[in-house]
Amino acid sequence: MIPVAFDYHRPRTLEEAVDILRQYGDEAKVLAGGHSLIPALKLRLAAPKVVVDISRLPGLSEVRRSGSGLSIGAGVTHHQLMVDPLIAKLCPLIARTAPEIGDVQVRNLGTLVGSICHADPAADWPAPLLALEAQVVIVGPEGERTLHINEFIEGMLTTRLAGHEIVREVVIPRAYPASCAYKKIRQSASGFAIAGVAVQLEKKNRKCSSIAIGVTGVAQRAFRARLIEKSLQGAELDEKTIAQAARQVTEEVNDFLSDLHASAAYRAALAQVLVQRAVLAALAA
Amino acid sequence: MAKTAGKKSVTRTGKASAKAPRRARQSAAKAAPPASQRVDFFKLVPKPRFVGKPVKRKEDVRLITGAGHYVDDLRLADMLHVEILRSPHAHARIVSMEVEEARKASGVVGVFAYKEISSLCGDVPLAHPGIPDLKVPHHPVLADGEVNFVGEPAAAVVAESRYAARDAVDLIRVEYEPLPAVVDPEKALAPDAPKVHKELADNLSFSWEVKGGDLDEAFKKADRIIQQRVRSQRLIPCALETRGVIAQYLTGEEQLTVWTSTQIPHILRTQLSGMLKLPESKVRVVAPEVGGGFGSKLNVYAEEGLLSALARLVAPRPVKWIETRRENMAATTHGRDQIGELSIAACADGTVLGVKHDCIADIGAYHQLFTAIIPTLTGLMLAGSYRFPAARTTLKGVFTNKMPTDAYRGAGRPEATFIIERIMDLVAAEFNLDPVEVRRKNFARKFPFSTPTGLAYDTGDYEKALNQALKLADYQGRRARQAKARDEGRLVGIGLSTYVEICSMGPSKGMAAGGWESATVRVSPTGSVEVLTGTCAHGQGQETVFAQITADVLGIEMDQVKVQRGDTGNVPWGVGTFGSRATAVGGTAVFEAARRVLEKMKKVAAAALGASAAQAARVQIKNGKFWAGKKSLSFAEVAFQAHRGLVIPEGETPGLEATYFFEPGNFTFPFGAHICQVEVDRDTGEVSIQGYWAVDDCGKPMNPLLIDGQVHGGIAQGLGQALYEEAVYDESGQLLTGTLMDYAVPKATHMPWLHCERTETPTDVNPLGVKGVGEAGTIGSTPAIVNAVIDALRPLGIKHLDMPLRPEKVWRAIKKAAAAP
Repeated sequence: MIPVAFDYHRPRTLEEAVDILRQYGDEAKVLAGGHSLIPALKLRLAAPKVVVDISRLPGLSEVRRSGSGLSIGAGVTHHQLMVDPLIAKLCPLIARTAPEIGDVQVRNLGTLVGSICHADPAADWPAPLLALEAQVVIVGPEGERTLHINEFIEGMLTTRLAGHEIVREVVIPRAYPASCAYKKIRQSASGFAIAGVAVQLEKKNRKCSSIAIGVTGVAQRAFRARLIEKSLQGAELDEKTIAQAARQVTEEVNDFLSDLHASAAYRAALAQVLVQRAVLAALAA
Repeated sequence: MAKTAGKKSVTRTGKASAKAPRRARQSAAKAAPPASQRVDFFKLVPKPRFVGKPVKRKEDVRLITGAGHYVDDLRLADMLHVEILRSPHAHARIVSMEVEEARKASGVVGVFAYKEISSLCGDVPLAHPGIPDLKVPHHPVLADGEVNFVGEPAAAVVAESRYAARDAVDLIRVEYEPLPAVVDPEKALAPDAPKVHKELADNLSFSWEVKGGDLDEAFKKADRIIQQRVRSQRLIPCALETRGVIAQYLTGEEQLTVWTSTQIPHILRTQLSGMLKLPESKVRVVAPEVGGGFGSKLNVYAEEGLLSALARLVAPRPVKWIETRRENMAATTHGRDQIGELSIAACADGTVLGVKHDCIADIGAYHQLFTAIIPTLTGLMLAGSYRFPAARTTLKGVFTNKMPTDAYRGAGRPEATFIIERIMDLVAAEFNLDPVEVRRKNFARKFPFSTPTGLAYDTGDYEKALNQALKLADYQGRRARQAKARDEGRLVGIGLSTYVEICSMGPSKGMAAGGWESATVRVSPTGSVEVLTGTCAHGQGQETVFAQITADVLGIEMDQVKVQRGDTGNVPWGVGTFGSRATAVGGTAVFEAARRVLEKMKKVAAAALGASAAQAARVQIKNGKFWAGKKSLSFAEVAFQAHRGLVIPEGETPGLEATYFFEPGNFTFPFGAHICQVEVDRDTGEVSIQGYWAVDDCGKPMNPLLIDGQVHGGIAQGLGQALYEEAVYDESGQLLTGTLMDYAVPKATHMPWLHCERTETPTDVNPLGVKGVGEAGTIGSTPAIVNAVIDALRPLGIKHLDMPLRPEKVWRAIKKAAAAP
């Protein structure tokens, strides 16, 4: 890697990290797992003056109980989420999404929080986090604030995180049952999602009592498929009903992405297929 | 990873008959034949301890533990670093270049453009392909006023550190005047197309034709003429190690040394000597460990000339350049990129009578070493494993504003095999025949077999490999289960490819450079053995194979043999490693040199032991000792005597080494049958491989482990072409697949389980009976996979799709077929 020269800081506390960021603002970049930042540095697409490495900050690499839900620290890797017993118990959708990310090396270093801060529209995490109503806890010189994941991610590669702020953790506000699934079609080179759909649902007497569907990879940013959710809410989830509801995916957003790897029409079709498959898989789970 | 079962199936034993060993030993004992007579390896060594055995690779411990040294691992004292400014435009005139700011930057030693370099280094060379009217444009190592593809070197910065050099590149201000770029080779042939090279009349670099047989007759007699357009898309070789060069010129000694990641150190030395106008005696080329090449390092690159010239300018300080992955993808040769219009004359029983093939090869902006030769191989191999009597290929090599194409694993044969194996399936589909039967109907059966394109296949038994593959894959049962799956509406497909390819390149008369290979076997006074080979392994494992051969011939342990390659300073001469030639040609040279050393050692042993003439004629090696009558000397003692110089037999000289240049009489033609089963997801277009079976025949196996490795890796790359890989340039000539985030090289998770077996049909072209296997997997797999996908889609009426068969392409084809009336 031959990046533009930068200063490297490895603060010992979160406060120290925030202090460095306060000093440098937008000229600083936070390094956790490095899987978004390092390639950008390598290609000189990013040229920060200062890199603040938070990967070894105490306490940030843990999954903890938080109220009836749980908290995922900024240093927690994809691999930890794959194998953590608390995640498996309280939030199986996270555990099922983690193995779909990248490859072993990526999962060993990359972090969930780093991924959402980068806000790649093809990243996997936004889909389940939207479905789980995740909260993003941000610390900065002015203290702490919390944003819903839907507010946190603004658009393609943009978030509401200010240059002097750090995401400390992502909080899943409550425990969720096992009726969940994440389905994706991988871009064959990068492994990112050409389309990815996360479903978390609850059933009562064969009917769907609640359903949340997060869709990633197909538009400028990940979104909740509200129209489809509405159609399925309270319905008996048979294949026909699901297929019919899934068709509405094209009405959910009007900015389907088109690039070298997939056209907008193909992405829309995949989203529809994956909604069906993810709902069926969640039902079977 | 895969199960391999080598079966004894010698169809053409020549003199190495299975019954012969005892008699052979006796006759050898009577009178050792003069070394100039042909002796087959298995006759000299009837029971080899190493050859043919799955011996683990000698090179792996250091490579796996990171203890090997690639170019980037070499750090010389006072070394300077080079970074290259490359063109961001596909076609542009350089109006001005402002380098002062870069020159003044901290740590910068110098900034160099064409005018500073041109007097020191000439154009990038090409091997003369023997094509009349070949148009070769000016190809400087740094752009001369005009850039012709994205990534073309325009200026070089030399600095104290790589970081300083890279930062300074950003400080060079170039004013470009963009010129119209031509990216599509068919559009490039239009009369009003923008010209890639203004000094040339048009974009047609060359035309070439090969034909044989009576085409008119074939097309007259045919029941049907099938037309099909096929494309072998542009690929990026992506060797794991990118290129890298270190050059140093010692002014006092007048010696240039170039360490570079190359497959061909000796050819490079000769060419650099021409580019730099230095006698070859003053140029030494060293290839340290080389981390893969796949043909992309079978070349003479601008950067190799450039670094050599820079080394002279900053002498005696060495200069180093290490290619980034991005540079590798944009500015190391690409492969394939051929469009073929096919006309097939076929009979209703599946017999193919003749094939016409009009090929357009997109060669990119310049000629690299073998750019023009590669697509001619497609024409030469068009007959495949079949005996249709008439064939013709017309070829147009076309300039475009893209990276030049050149050899990439298979080099012309994957394209030919893809064409002919698609043809077999097109004929089968046309007449509703089983593709297996169509192949049987057309197989060449008598060897040597002469193709209408003028090649003579050495040996082969195509049906045998096919039958074994059918059995291995349970083809009949699989077809029955496929029918059932189809009834359920599933898109399951089975595809075959029964390839033949051309290896052990080659006889010198069939090559643009020499086709021989050299080896020196040298024994020290203490009995340690060095093998110097002109081949240049970059992952193949010749260090192991050549030690196996040498140890067996000399009756010693493999550990006693050190194989050296890649340094023109110690290997007398060589051609290099490419075209699956290293074992068949280079291994034979090793065998012949070792055999000569053995003959001399026998004579020295007899003299040292005071043997009688009768005893001297029948010196034997047993348990690592040379025996004459009842007396013996150890291997090391004989070596010592040869160097001590007191008992040198009459007609011999002191010392113990032999050099042999082996010139093969022909190419070899390995073959095999690959079978693949896929299922296509109707809703997403995704292809999943459900099974893969391969039976390959590379002649006598030297080391089954290495063969498996080659076949597995080859299949991975063939699968990459079939399903994932494509170098995509946009209309303005920007490379869109310029990183591994966008260019899909297959990964472990993309690979199916491979079931591999072999048949053994030795060649008579060399005394080892070995044919070569470096490219077989790549050649055999691509059509097998594509044929399987098309077979899966056949119920929908789909007859052909261009590679790569990425999900969206397949999905669109399914949608289109569903919408058709």
